[in-house]
Amino acid sequence: MNILIFSLILLAGAYVAGLLGSLTGLGGGVVVIPLLTLVFHVDIRYAIGAALLASIANSSGAASAYIKEGITNVRLGMFLEIATTLGAVGGALIAVFTPTNTIAILFGVVLIFSALMTVRKKHEHALQEGSRLSYVLKLNGSYPTPQGEVPYKLQNIGGGFSIMLLAGVLSGLLGIGSGALKVLAMDGAMKIPFKVSTTTSNFMIGVTAAASAVVYLQRGYIDPGIAFPVVLGVLGGAFTGARLLTVMNPKTLRYIFCVAISFVALEMIYNGLHHQF
Amino acid sequence: MKLIKTLTGDRDIALLVGQVLRTGVITASAIAFVGGVLYLAKHGADSLPDYSTFTGEGKEYTTFGGIFRGLTTFRPSAVIQFGALILLATPILRVFFSLIGFAVEKDRMYVVITLLVLGIILFSMFGGLKV
Repeated sequence: MNILIFSLILLAGAYVAGLLGSLTGLGGGVVVIPLLTLVFHVDIRYAIGAALLASIANSSGAASAYIKEGITNVRLGMFLEIATTLGAVGGALIAVFTPTNTIAILFGVVLIFSALMTVRKKHEHALQEGSRLSYVLKLNGSYPTPQGEVPYKLQNIGGGFSIMLLAGVLSGLLGIGSGALKVLAMDGAMKIPFKVSTTTSNFMIGVTAAASAVVYLQRGYIDPGIAFPVVLGVLGGAFTGARLLTVMNPKTLRYIFCVAISFVALEMIYNGLHHQF
Repeated sequence: MKLIKTLTGDRDIALLVGQVLRTGVITASAIAFVGGVLYLAKHGADSLPDYSTFTGEGKEYTTFGGIFRGLTTFRPSAVIQFGALILLATPILRVFFSLIGFAVEKDRMYVVITLLVLGIILFSMFGGLKV
């Protein structure tokens, strides 16, 4: 295989990954890692480098649209980024001492967890009473719905912050956005409306990924020949996905994709256990 | 009245931040695209490097100096890597613009919070974490 053919196939694959990531809500970066390692037999470290770049592109592109709609809670995102960037730098540090097979196994586990998170029941709660800290930190807000502006308040800030720290570590270690964990922290612990959770999580992914990506770039994980087809492909796929989402509600599709991705995750775990990485 | 004022202020920052993100991604992907085309034109027919074993990139792709030197000679890989740098800089720039926004609003608490985030990122950049 020459470089031209490899690049074109990878571009097409990354496009599909971006599309899948967008339709399932998992993010294209997550889907591109198994594609690179299992299909193209690329070392997982190069895959992580490229996936981080794809996550930044994806998150930044989508975030600009959500901010415009006024759904993203920018203060909350900023505050929680203390936790995620701290975690991400820590995770990128631990990564040096972690065997690649362990990383692959961990990746598989997180992928299955993320798939489960996207198909679970969503709560559109909006608390009327927030915790003391939510007032001190000015984290309460409101968001637009078809029925008008809905105010919401936050609780359990400490719990949410701790989960964000873990999300950051996993993001730095595995090279993914770990959007699912971020949503768990905001939706599950702090009881933020689901729409605000997902958009604010997406807003944070870019900064979190950048914090560890600068470490990975300096370590030589980012290969130009892999990076350009992956970034352009994932970005294109995500763009198509976002368009498709406005005209259809891919509920059934989401279930099918999440099951498929869980099988891929199992293969990552299996290969990791058999030291294939 | 005061409430309305802070709300519009917030909205302006938010829109500015959104603009920064959009411009950054578009610029980065355009550069990566140009670099990619140049790369394929020059190396398309070459056989594939062995990506299954990790060797890591050399200094020319992992340092500012290296990437910029490659850029002056229009080395395709350096152009792609420059696009990657812009992409990396985009969210960092976003944090920086938020900092300005909070400073304009005189929101001291969020200026500190934003500085903290910026500090962590800069530490990971220059803190000798290369290992």
